[in-house]
Formats: sequence, structure tokens, C-alpha cells
Amino acid sequence: MVKKINIRFILFCILVISLAAAVSCAKTGPDPDGDEIRDEEISETEDERSERQRRAEEGSGIDEQELDDEERAAAEEQRKEEEEKEKEDVLSEKIYFEFDDSSLTREARDVLQRKVEWLRDNPDECIVIEGHCDERGTDEYNLALGSRRAESVKDYLVKAGVDGDQLSTISYGEERPAEEGSGEEVWEKNRRAEFRFCRD
Amino acid sequence: MTRVFRFCLITAVIAAAVLFVPFSGSCQDEYDYINISEPFADKIPMAMPVFKALSEGDTVEQAAVNAYEIMQESLSYTGYFKMVDRKAFLVDPENQGITPKDINLKNWRDIGAELLITGGVRRKADVLQMEFRLFDPYRGSVLLGKRYTGSTGDQREMVLKFCSEVIRSLTGRRGLFESRIAFVGGEKGQRAVYACDFDGQNLVRLTDPQDIVVSPAWSPDGGSLAYTEYSDDHPNIYVFDLEAGQKKRFASYEGINLTPAWQPGSQGLAATLSFEGDENIYLLTGTGKVDKKLTDSWGVDVSPSFSPDGSRMAFVSNRSGSPQVYVMDLESGSVSRLTYDGKYNTQPDWSPVSDKIVYSGMKNGDINIYVIDAESGEKSRLTSGKGSNEAPSWSPDGSMIVFTSTRSGLPQLYVMTASGTDQRRLLDMPGPQKLPDWSPARQ
Repeated sequence: MVKKINIRFILFCILVISLAAAVSCAKTGPDPDGDEIRDEEISETEDERSERQRRAEEGSGIDEQELDDEERAAAEEQRKEEEEKEKEDVLSEKIYFEFDDSSLTREARDVLQRKVEWLRDNPDECIVIEGHCDERGTDEYNLALGSRRAESVKDYLVKAGVDGDQLSTISYGEERPAEEGSGEEVWEKNRRAEFRFCRD
Repeated sequence: MTRVFRFCLITAVIAAAVLFVPFSGSCQDEYDYINISEPFADKIPMAMPVFKALSEGDTVEQAAVNAYEIMQESLSYTGYFKMVDRKAFLVDPENQGITPKDINLKNWRDIGAELLITGGVRRKADVLQMEFRLFDPYRGSVLLGKRYTGSTGDQREMVLKFCSEVIRSLTGRRGLFESRIAFVGGEKGQRAVYACDFDGQNLVRLTDPQDIVVSPAWSPDGGSLAYTEYSDDHPNIYVFDLEAGQKKRFASYEGINLTPAWQPGSQGLAATLSFEGDENIYLLTGTGKVDKKLTDSWGVDVSPSFSPDGSRMAFVSNRSGSPQVYVMDLESGSVSRLTYDGKYNTQPDWSPVSDKIVYSGMKNGDINIYVIDAESGEKSRLTSGKGSNEAPSWSPDGSMIVFTSTRSGLPQLYVMTASGTDQRRLLDMPGPQKLPDWSPARQ
């Protein structure tokens, strides 16, 4: 007897959870293509439908609770994803330089301003500023120039209120081009500063 | 690894002696054979008959042939000489001796040979003995006579030792044949420091491959190499001990640790560091501690290279808006700009024997090698044509320059005379080769 009840209860729970999932999926937004009629629905018998409705009504109290939890989890998930995306966006935006130049263009300053805000909002985060050069010029000078570019980015961020401890610099000179090849179109993509998180 | 430097092992070389110098009188014109200002414009015609086997046996004959080939290649390598064609010889060397009494110098004058070298090889058990003489057919004198004794494996060293004496007797300078060349080799992400003899022989890889490796620099005694390697994603300066075959971390300040250059006459070296937020050149002690900040201008200061006495330093700075070569007097700290032509002049290397500085300059996108006098500012271009030519480094006697060229695609090592003549590949090695540094003369 006890066993029988247990099995019935488990089956019931499974049904409630799958129903809740179906409802939560339906809540993700309107379907612009209209509702498709599925053959299984049509083949549902009268008895089956009434049984389904009965069970849904029986468990309506628990169902509400489950729905709330699902919503909260989904919202939390979404918030985390957005944060992650924001973090990625803040990092992935590169800034570019003129040939043999480490000064920041107006465009570069705009990009850096977004990083300033994020870094001030996230004082526990630490980023590495990578300085890069195009293939022209000589190896040693380009390594020093890459360092100068990274340092001038760091200077800007610190002057804008970012804690210097959140920042470190490294130069790769012409050793790690964003794009292989020659010509101004390639070179202008390679004269850059890139950003990544510090390693733990 | 240090084969060419094993001269010390040829203990029997102490037997080397001046064999015969009949007219030892005048000293004042000792070094007037090679015009120092234009040494490579007119090559000196040199005759070198095949070396003679002075004892019986096939191995002696073979050793004589080998010694002959090594000497001819090595002396030709300097760019000073042109070898007189053997077909022009008036006498059959097979039927002639190698000592002054055997030789009629008129036969060599008549074919225009301004210098004559004779050589002989003999073997006693496992001991190889070689004797060489350098004649001046016009003055009728023997300029040099040496006898070397060693084992078969020491043959190249013995021949090079005589080559070194030849050059010293003609120019007053030595060191080329006792030198090596270090450089960065290997594909991107797999770079390492390599070294070879002055002529590309005896190539060895010294360090383990790393992501980024740059600017190897020989210590004044030739026993160590300082270089920058990215390890743990940080550009540190290491010192590689050639005797021990091991590297030691030398400087790993925050930021970059770049372009080490040893200061002659001291244990220390100069390098570019950025731990203060700006790329400046610092003098470091023998243990890598900061001794003194040498440059203090905002922007890039990089690539130090010292004058032979260590009192002045050439370096690259972009303090005027573009990279140019500057010279600092270390005592007074005064700095003067040396290059004005063009907007990109980098990689200075100060001659070990004069006030000449080689560097690479960019014009219309092409990089070529120039030489400039640190005193007068007079300059001339040494390379031209296809590809970029960069990273020049002087040989220890100041007679040659090694550099990187992309004239046939990949960056590869080339050598030329100090006047820019006789440009050719240094060694036949696949893959890119960069940033060569010619060692000092091994004592």
C-alpha cells in the first residue's frame, strides 16, 4: 500500500514538473509564425483530456510555487548572462593607433571610457592591457613601442579614476598580429591594444 | 658547442714559431697591405698552391687537401683577397718545396700575386703537424711562418689560427676567426637562441624553444649571452652560460625587460625597463639590480650599444617624435642626436674598433643598413635593393657585418664586408633567422 502511494506520488510530481516546464516555455514570448497544430493534440481523447485537466487542477497550488522558482532562476540566469556579456563586451573592444604612435585617438578614448565605468563598478576585476604593432619597423623597437601603447592606455585609465592595481601591461610588438598579411588595411588592424582578464 | 674556441686545447700550438724572417728590418709599413679606409675596393691578388704532404700516407694527403680548402675558403671569406687562378701558375707546385729556399718569388710576381701562402702537412702517429708561410713576392720577404701541432680533430682550429695571423700581419687586427655569431632562429612561437662560427659552421641551438625570444647579446668575454625571452607570459632577461649550457634569470622587473647590452670594462649591462611606467635605459649590476637610470625622457628609449671603451652609448629614442639614434656620454650624461635623415632609424651597433656605428634606417617603407661616424656624422648606405635589411652587427675586428635580410623571402642571415661588398648568406638553415650578434674576439 505504501509502495503504491509512493509510485503514484512520483508519477504525479513528474507530470507537474513537465507541465510547469511547458508553461514556462510558452511564456518566453509570442510566436510570430502562429501556432502550429500538432497531431498528438488532435489524437488526444476526451478521457485523456479530462484526466489531464483534473490532475492539473489537483496540483495547482504546488504548480504556482514551482513557477515562481523557475522564473527567479531564469531571471538570475539572464542577469548573469548579461553581466558576462557586458564583461566580454568591455574587454573585446580593442583600440587602434596610428603608425609609430602611442597617442590615443578620440575614438580610442570613447572606447576606453566604457572600460573606465566598468572597471570602477567592478573594483575586484583585474585586466591585462596588451600593446601590439604592425609588421613594419624593427623587432626591438616594436616591442618597446607596444609597451608604450599599453602604458599610455594604462595612464588614461588611471587618470580617469581606475585603480592602478586593477591594471597590468604587456607588449607583444609585432609578434602576434590580429591579422596576417601586408598592406595598410591589415596594418591598421594590427596597431592595437587588446584587453584580457588577469590570470588567477 | 665551443669547438672553434678550443684553441686552448691545442696545447702543442706552443710549438708555433716564427720559422724564417729574413728581412725583419722595417716596421713603419707593417700594416700597409690593406688600405684601411677602402680595404675592399681592390682585392689583393693572393696565390695559394695546394698544400704538400710532407710525410707518407693517404691520410696525410687528405689532411693536406682539407687544410687547403679550409684556408682558401676562410681567407676568401674576409673579402680582402682574390685568389689567383691555379692555371696561371708558372711552376708546378707539386715539384716545388714550401720553404723560402725552394721558392723563386719572381715566378709569383710575374703572375701578379701580391701575396703567396705555402703550406705542408705531416703526420707522426696520431699527431698532425702543419706549417704555413706567408710571402710578399714583391718585397721578397716572408711575412709570417708558423708551425702547428695537434690531433686530426684540431685541423680546422689550426688552419684558422694561421688565417688569424695572416689578417693580423696585414691589418694589425685580429678576432674574426676566433668569433661566433648568435641569433634568434625558429618559426613563430618556437624561437630559440642559436650560435654558429664566424662563417656559419658548427651551428648549435643553445636555448629551449619559447614563444618570443629577442636580442641575444654576447658578454665581453664571449662566455655568456644575455637575451630576452617571454616566459610565464612576461618578457624577462636571461643570461645563458655557454660553458655550463644553462640559463639563469637575470632581470624580471614589472613591464618589459629588453635589449640587454654589456658594458665593456664592467660586469654590468644596460637594458630597457618599464617598471616605472616609461621605457628607459638602465644600467644593471652583474646580478641584475638597477644601478643607475641612464635615460630619462618620456617615450621609448631602447637598444643601447657601447663604444669600445664603454664611455659612450648609442641608443634609439623617439623623444623627437620618431625613432632616431642618439649618443650619450656616460660621464657627463649629455646626449646628442646622431641621425637626422629619414623617420625611422633603429638598431645601432657601435664598432668594436672605431667610432663607426651601423644601424638600420627606413625609407619609403624599405629598411636598409647604414654606417655613420659618431664624431663627424658622415654616413653611407651599405645595402640596397630587394627586401628589408636590418639588425646589423660588427665582427670583432670591425672588418665585417652580419645582418638579417628578407631579399629571398624569409628573414635570413647575411654577411658583408664593412664597405658593404661581398654580400652573401651566412648559413644554410631552414626557417627564419633574426637579430644576429657577432661575438667579441676570443682571447
